[in-house]
Amino acid sequence: MHLSTYLGLLHDGEQTLAGSYRQVGEGHQAEADVYYACLTVAAQCDEHVSALAPVVERYGEAAEQVPERLDAQGLSSVRSGGLGFLRDLHELYALCSFLDITWTMVGQAARGLADAELLQVVGQCESQTSLQLRWLATRMKVAAPQALIVAS
Amino acid sequence: MSERADRIADIWGPRSAHARETAWPVRVDSFIPGAEPERWVQSACLLCSNGCGIDLGVTDGRIVGVRGRAVDRVNHGRLGPKGLFGWQGQQRDRLTTALVRDGSGTLVETPYEVAMDLVARKSRELLDTKGPLSHGFYTSGQLMLEEYYTLAVIGKAGIGTPHMDGNTRLCTATAASALKETFGADGQPGSYADIEATDAIFLYGHNMAETQTVLWARILDRTHGPDAPRLVAVDPRLTPVAGEALRTGGVHLAIRPGTNLALMNGLIRQVLHRGWLDEAYVAAHTVGFDELQATVEPYTPEYVAGICGVEARGIERAAEIFGTAERVLSTVLQGFYQSHQATAASCQVNNLHLLRGLLGTPGSGVLQMNGQPTAQNNRETGADGDLPGFRNWDNEEHVAELAELWDVDELKIPHCSPPTHAMQIFRYAEQGSIGLLWIAGTNPAASMPDLPRIRRILSGDQTFVVVNEAYRNETTELADVVLPAALWAERAGTYTNADRTVHLTEQAVPPPGEACSDLDIWVDYARRMGFTDRSGRSIPRWSQPEEAFEAWKQASAGRPCDYSGLSYDKLRGGSGIQWPCNDEHPDGLERLYADSHFPSDTDYCESYGQDLLLGAATSRDQHRATNPAGRALLRTAAHQPLHEPTSPNYPLLLTTGRTVYHFHTRTKTGRARQLQDAAPAVWVEVSPGDAARLGLSEGDLVRVSSVRGWLEALVRVGRGRDGTVFIPFHYGGNDSHTSANELTLTSWDPVSKQPAFKSGAVRLTLLRAATGPAPAPTTAGSAPVDAAVVPTTGGPAAEAVSTAGA
Repeated sequence: MHLSTYLGLLHDGEQTLAGSYRQVGEGHQAEADVYYACLTVAAQCDEHVSALAPVVERYGEAAEQVPERLDAQGLSSVRSGGLGFLRDLHELYALCSFLDITWTMVGQAARGLADAELLQVVGQCESQTSLQLRWLATRMKVAAPQALIVAS
Repeated sequence: MSERADRIADIWGPRSAHARETAWPVRVDSFIPGAEPERWVQSACLLCSNGCGIDLGVTDGRIVGVRGRAVDRVNHGRLGPKGLFGWQGQQRDRLTTALVRDGSGTLVETPYEVAMDLVARKSRELLDTKGPLSHGFYTSGQLMLEEYYTLAVIGKAGIGTPHMDGNTRLCTATAASALKETFGADGQPGSYADIEATDAIFLYGHNMAETQTVLWARILDRTHGPDAPRLVAVDPRLTPVAGEALRTGGVHLAIRPGTNLALMNGLIRQVLHRGWLDEAYVAAHTVGFDELQATVEPYTPEYVAGICGVEARGIERAAEIFGTAERVLSTVLQGFYQSHQATAASCQVNNLHLLRGLLGTPGSGVLQMNGQPTAQNNRETGADGDLPGFRNWDNEEHVAELAELWDVDELKIPHCSPPTHAMQIFRYAEQGSIGLLWIAGTNPAASMPDLPRIRRILSGDQTFVVVNEAYRNETTELADVVLPAALWAERAGTYTNADRTVHLTEQAVPPPGEACSDLDIWVDYARRMGFTDRSGRSIPRWSQPEEAFEAWKQASAGRPCDYSGLSYDKLRGGSGIQWPCNDEHPDGLERLYADSHFPSDTDYCESYGQDLLLGAATSRDQHRATNPAGRALLRTAAHQPLHEPTSPNYPLLLTTGRTVYHFHTRTKTGRARQLQDAAPAVWVEVSPGDAARLGLSEGDLVRVSSVRGWLEALVRVGRGRDGTVFIPFHYGGNDSHTSANELTLTSWDPVSKQPAFKSGAVRLTLLRAATGPAPAPTTAGSAPVDAAVVPTTGGPAAEAVSTAGA
């Protein structure tokens, strides 16, 4: 059963995303709204990690058995300037999007298994992840014209 | 019968107590320090958001006195201390020429023509090289409707920049957001006249006794009469409002700053659990009940009491008053708007009324208040970045309507994302991507959060700063060009108060020297830039105030804020008139939503909404899937911890606010002797418990520090809650270290983008023992615990006349 692989992916991915939010937030403290929002959503990711813990324990976290790891890469470093800020949000978006669809697939498996506990965890976390995606898209739409047209 | 009173000492004037559902008696207040004026000119007061009708006495081209307008629906003749005395401040220290910064960095008096030519050349150069996104505008809540609409048209149809906002972002943005999120569009549901019919009044973060003194007099005239309503006050300080709540058998909830949303979720939970909701109303006229119910469920009275630092019993009693009163009126202001999770908390006030179906009927309503007299017009006309007429930037049909009206290409009108809010405009100016920042009628170097940063932005070389101003102030001293501006009563125009009442002011006196109206300045700029529409006509097509008003009527027609039935002539002679005013409502409409139909249809609404936790936008498709279809949206979020909690180094929470005697950064009120003498300098209010713990006494000089900056002030041992200090935000001076905003935090609500001034952690350090009391008024929220402090009075210079029934 490969569900454990996907649970491992989520478990690692949420930790990576939490770290990336904090990294971007602290790297762009001058963008005050993003700084505080990143702290809020990073805390959500921490909660997702905790919520996953009991199911991970039940199914195992067998990621290393997969030959080609499907892991989610975090940010290597924070960029500067208007364009750098946009690119960092863009990377968060990519990572968050990866997790969003991963939650969807784990939710499908939970339905297939009729695993009520896992379904409850998915229900609680997936809606927050998709909200994070919407927030990132909203913020990037605001930042994009200035960054792509006039920022130095 | 006339009586004279010292209106500095007696802020609210003599009582005209009356019973429920009887008319508020007329009482005409006047202040005429010299001889009777030659003539009287119609206007409305511009020194708070209440919008009192006022007549200006004029002799020899100068204002010489004022009296309230008995016929006006807003004040029935009354005026407060700022209305009575503030006009004198317009007659001193005015800018009469333009100023231009020379090569050595000095501001030099310069002919207006030369200064404006420089502005136009700089603007043209930036538009040619960087395009419209290089321009940002930051205006006011005190200009005329005609000026806002003209600027909005120049910015959106002439230049094409989305970077336009007002200082309304600091005062009233959350009112607009809360109304949009709940009802689908901005627009005040209630009426001031609800005070006459109500049984309970909830004041959420609203020290009305100081911020809108005449409205507070209206409430006092009910609470001192038969069938008095009970009051509930949410405020960390024991303000006059909180005192009246206790006196009327209501509740004062002195909650910890930053915990409004927890309290509101708790009140809603109580209303649900005690079965006080109107199930039929909720089913027919709202969407989102299940999610609201699930979100508030954890907020038991005990849980909320722990977060807010008040007793659970007080929360239960407040909920009981709300749940059981026949009629309830709620008002909301900066204690919610300038606080943590501002929009989410303010939406819960709307939700409480929806849950009981208490909207649109006499005595039951919501007043999401404004902080400034013309803030409403900034919101309506789109000078705050929104599209005019409460149109939706994300609705292509709405954009097309404006393109047709203005005869420009739809793509010219910026609408690719939510409009750029003030804090973001200043961020772009900080980075230099906004290369021309044009400020009008506001003083950001005193009023914005984290002043050390704001001064760096305005004084740097990365952005060219133009300021329309009437006085030299903290902001003009950092500008590149200052244009001398006309003030109130020096040009004609209209403005709309917090209960949708539109007033006309006539030009009473000429502006001094080369000063001219903001309308004249922007029309001149647009002509020099040669902005034209598709037919080759000038943008804007008008140059005079009444022409601008007629153009605005067209833009507003068919929208919630419909002015199409108004005219300057109709506004002359009688009372102000509420919008909507159109064929259907030729005399205006007292209350919105009497039919329980809300402007939430996807094709009509002003906003598709945002999530209240992060501000994530809802798309048109998502909105359509929810299908509000004229129903209100019940939305909330979970309480979140403060952005800047206290720490061992900064153990106290800061809250900032107003005193009754001043308006904003005191440019006018600080020059009116009666007002300035009553509150001459900054102070810091400390609770008795904190004072004892820190070894501080009344009048001690302390340094107040945050991680951003510091100020020095004398201590008023006042009546706030332990752990919280209060500092009035009116004071300043670029090097004086007396402004509350030296300390405040750059942080804003994710939905309304309103800065959270009422937060941030500070510490106090004693510098010198007292030599006398703090310069804080004794008359209102800053009243001292020490009874020996000499009371604040105004003496003979502050005597005004009140004539009952006049």
